[in-house]
Formats: sequence, structure tokens, C-alpha cells
Amino acid sequence: MIIFRGHHRVLVQGITGKQGTFWTEKMISCGTRVVAGVNPKRAGESHLGVPVFATAAEAMVKAPYDVAVMFVPPAMAKGAALDAIGAGVKLLVCLTEHIPSHDVMAMHGAARRSGTRIVGPNTAGLVTPGEGFVGIMPGHNTHVFKPGRVGVISRSGSLGTLVSLNLTRAGIGQSAFLGIGGDPMIGTTTRDALEALDRDERTTAVVLVGEIGGAMEEKAAEYAAGMTKPVVAFIAGRASPPGKRMGHAGAIVTGNAGGYESKRRALEEAGVTVVDTPGQIPEALTARLAATAAARPGESADTRAHG
Amino acid sequence: MNFEEHAAKANVLVPAGIPVPRSKLCRSAEEAGAAFAALGPCVVKAQVPTGKRGKAGGIRKAESVAEAAAAARAILGMTIDGHPVESVLVEERAAIAREFYASVVTDFAERRPVVLFSSEGGMDIEEVAARRPDAIRRRPVEIDGEFGDGDARAMLAGFGLGGAEAPVAAVLRKLFAIYRDRDAELVEINPLALLTDGRVVALDCKFVLDDAAVFRRAELAACGARENLTPVERRGAEVGLKFIQLDGDVGVLANGAGLTMTTMDVIQHLGGKPANFLEIGGEAYTKSEAALDLVLSRAGVKSLVINFCGAFARTDVMTDGVVRAWEKLKPKVPVFFSIHGTGEEEAVKLVRERLGIEPYDFMEDAVRAAVEAAR
Repeated sequence: MIIFRGHHRVLVQGITGKQGTFWTEKMISCGTRVVAGVNPKRAGESHLGVPVFATAAEAMVKAPYDVAVMFVPPAMAKGAALDAIGAGVKLLVCLTEHIPSHDVMAMHGAARRSGTRIVGPNTAGLVTPGEGFVGIMPGHNTHVFKPGRVGVISRSGSLGTLVSLNLTRAGIGQSAFLGIGGDPMIGTTTRDALEALDRDERTTAVVLVGEIGGAMEEKAAEYAAGMTKPVVAFIAGRASPPGKRMGHAGAIVTGNAGGYESKRRALEEAGVTVVDTPGQIPEALTARLAATAAARPGESADTRAHG
Repeated sequence: MNFEEHAAKANVLVPAGIPVPRSKLCRSAEEAGAAFAALGPCVVKAQVPTGKRGKAGGIRKAESVAEAAAAARAILGMTIDGHPVESVLVEERAAIAREFYASVVTDFAERRPVVLFSSEGGMDIEEVAARRPDAIRRRPVEIDGEFGDGDARAMLAGFGLGGAEAPVAAVLRKLFAIYRDRDAELVEINPLALLTDGRVVALDCKFVLDDAAVFRRAELAACGARENLTPVERRGAEVGLKFIQLDGDVGVLANGAGLTMTTMDVIQHLGGKPANFLEIGGEAYTKSEAALDLVLSRAGVKSLVINFCGAFARTDVMTDGVVRAWEKLKPKVPVFFSIHGTGEEEAVKLVRERLGIEPYDFMEDAVRAAVEAAR
């Protein structure tokens, strides 16, 4: 379970904080089913009309949920994640940036043992236009997101927002936005997200927004080679100097690893259309969808018809 | 955060009980000469946080006081991989029988630590991996798991270490404990030397502390190497902004790492050269005034792209900071905006009314205008 849907029940960890409050209001306003919050000091209270519990484990008993989203500072992130994993949450969305890497490994280790899916850390969240969102994306902004059939994967929140906005402006709606996070150790990789969208019945095409650093785009390309749904990609960081961390902890080119050209080549060899600027994505996508429709007459792949 | 060799040995290996040769940290040729007098035949090594010291001539042997002083004088004048050499480690020369490699490193793809051992040491591990892959053993460990003597010995089986197996296994165990207890990203000994007298000692050490864990390792972090920053980059770091200086003339101010890199990419794609990386996303989105000051403080910036796409960051807050700073600094360079996402309407209104500038609908158009203005 990677794709967020409107029927999912959501727990907000750190619901009473400044960001937790701001974004929980936004999430609720566009339809997200926020059923519980966590703050050990405010247990028993109600915040934004949502019951607050001391722990994720207690919340699971009294107000069961499918997804937990963490508005928790770095030093407390591991504890919050282990609480939610221990409670049996299926999907944990970790927004926190700058969590110590040993804590991140402990979170992933616990998730692996219990079969929990972690998205992030350092993700901007998950959006399903028209149904709701979890995280810190403008999921409530109808200029940015509109319902449709194109899945978007992005390591970056800001760039993912721009790409979604460009699609919406071109009349192309989205089936799901999957923010996977800018950290070097994330629970859901580009490949995992691509596979989820490939299997998703609502999705007819995928926009993949990658960036330099690591080898996730190369691994995703291995999967993309076997896909029939068209994939269009943009990789950020072509003009970035090697050896520097470009804001995201994961965005660094070291030696021969993590560079732009290798990612682009791998994706192109897998049949993915890679564009030079984010503004070119809608046109490239429309062309690929038209080609798919022409190759399979009788099936409409025009996203606008569904949008 | 990287550590220089002497700092890694003194603050990481020695407290964990891993033996190192006798040595002295020296900041002048005279000090190096005096160190030789105390230590005898020695190696003089540049102290810089990079692995390219040997190839750059930053490591020299000395057979006399005069040679030690001369080596130190030559090395102290060097700049290696961008790092000016400010000190040398004068270390007694060991009688080496065999050289190994040992490390514990975070495997980012596997999301767990890996213990590495190679029976071939003293060269890049990448080189060994390419030439003699059979010489390398690799063992993933859970971060909250154990790595005991049995695990260490299992890694060493088949290498015919004989009497050296026990002390080498002890080093591997201690390295894992160091890694786990000190929030390391990497702790590496290369070479780990078996001496002719049977002792096993660490001749070099690399230690990388996780930047995100500095808050809970303050004492250790104080021993780490200062990042090699330009004056503008340092000013940025002081106000909590990640500024990377580049050699172009189109200034960049954007929010979020992905969008900032993309703005640079589009500048390059349209024939321009970006002057900097600077993002004010995440919690830094309220710092746009300081950010603008940084971007414009560099001579040679001929135009500026401001590209905001608000998700978490509110474009109205960022733009308000930019507009205030602009009115205060009154820069002469032309500026081109593209603003979308959270707070967009208010932000666009601010730019129109206070600066009399119309933001572009597409970032590509704002960048194209900035690239043309810089020509």
C-alpha cells in the first residue's frame, strides 16, 4: 500500500504543533479522513475536532487508522515511528527531514520486520486529487491538482508541485501524487512507486521526477523496461557540481555514482521519454499517450477524456 | 562531517582500544623536526579531510630531523583537493608484514550498516573491488543488532591470518561498536597493518559523523574538520542557509532542493550559467531577506531568477521577505519572477504592487528572460 485513497483513515502524530495544526486543517478541508492525533501531553483532548491520544498504539485501539503521518521533530522521529509501527499501521508517512541516519535505519529495520510500508523520510506526502492528501503538499489547491489518470512520482515536494501544476494547466489530471522523499535512505523507492502506479487501475501513464544522487532512477528504469503504460521523466541536477550535497541529503554525485547522464541513459534505454525542462512534460506525455492509443485502437488513452 | 586522520585516531580509535602508532601533530617544520627527534624514522602526513593525500604528494617518509622538517615545510604549503594543509601528523614508521582494509559503512541502498574487510589493504577499496573481488568480505548488520567475535571471525575465515586473526577480529568488533555508538556514516582503517612483531595497528583512519546527529554528539563534532567553504558560503551557513557558489552570472533563489536544482538546469539548458545554488525551502522559507542578500553579494551576478513553488513553504511569506530586502538593498540587477502554489495570489500581488514587476507564468520564460538579460 503506497497510494493514498480517500477511504483511508489517518492518524496525525504531532497534531497539536504549529505545522501539525496548519496541515491537519488543510487535509481535513479537502476530504482527508483524519480520525486521531497523538500528543502525549494533550491526551484526552480534542484538537480541530479530532481526538488526541498519548500514543499511536492507544489510538489504534480507540480510533483505528490505516495511515500515520508524522509532524515530529528529528530527535523524536524514531520514537514516533516505532510507536506507529508497533501499533500495526500499514502505511507510515514520514515528513521529517534531518533525522539521524542511525535512527532512520532503526525505523526501516522495524518496518521490514513488521511489514509496514514507510514513505519517506523527508517526503512532502501523498495526494489523490479530489479525495484528500497526507503531508505538506498543496493538495487542497485546485490550480495545482485535479483528478485524472496520470500518476506523479517525485523525490522533491516543490518540484513535484510545479510538475503537477504544469499538468493541471495543460488539462491533464492526476490519479495520484507520490512524494517519496529527498533523503538517501527512504522506505519507498522510485521503483516501488513506479510499480504501484503500474498496477493501479486508475493510472494510465506516469510522470517520474527524479534527481541526482543514488541509483534509484536506474533501478526504476529496470522496472520501466517491462511496462506498457507510458512514462515521462525529468531528472533534476544536470547543472549541479559533483561532490556537493544539493540541499537534499540524498542529492549528491560522488565519483561515478549518482550522476545525471547515467540516470537519463538508463531511463531512455528502458523506453522512458526524458525531457530537459519541467515545462516540456505535458507535451511529451500527450505525445506518448497518443502513440499508445494509436498502437492499441479501440482503447482510449487520452487523459483529458477522463480528467 | 569529516574528520582528519589525527582527530579520528585520537577521538575515535584510541578511546575504543584500537592501537595506533606513536605520533605528534605539528604545525611547523621546526615542530616536525623535534617530533622526529622523539619518534625516530617516521612518516609525515598532511592533515586534510580528503582521501587524495598520497597521490597529491602529501605523505612523505623521513630518515632524519632535516628530512622531517623539509617534508613538513613542503607539505604545509600545499593545497590538496581544495583544502589548504595547516598541520601534519609525524608518525613513527611501522615495520609492516601485511596490510588489510577494515571498515563499517552505511549502505544507503540497503538501509543498514555493512562491515567490510579486505585482505588487500593500502589502496582504494574500489580498486581492490575491481581487481581482486575475492579479497573482499562484506557483512550487513542490523543497526540495533549485534556483531560479535563469531561474526568477525566468520568474515576472516579462509584468509590464513593465523595468529593475526584474533586481533583483526577484535578490531572489526570495535569498529562496529564505534560506528554504532558514535552516529558514524563511515569508520575506515586503511591500511590496518600486521607488524613484523605480530601487533595489529591502524596506520590511517577515516571517520565521517552523520551531519544530522551532530546535535547529540556535540563533544565529538567539535573535533571534526571545518567544511571547506567560500566566504559567502560560510555567511550562508551562519544564518542556516545552504549556499553553493558556482561560476556563472545568473543568480538563483528558489524554494526546495528539487526546484532549485531545476532552476539551475533550465538556466544551463537555455544557454546561461547559474551563479549559485541557494534554496530557502523547508524551515528556512522565512529567510528570504538574508538569502537575497547572499545571492547579490557576489560580484558578477548580472541577473536574478526568483522561482517559488510553494508546497510546505508559503510563497507569500517568502515573497514578502524578498520585496522588503529589495526595497532596502535597491539592487541594480534585473530580476525575473515565477511564483506558484501555496500563497500564490498574495505573493504575485506583492511583486506587482511593490516592485512593479509582472511574474512569469512559466519558470522557463522567467529563466529565458534572465539568461538574455545576463548576456
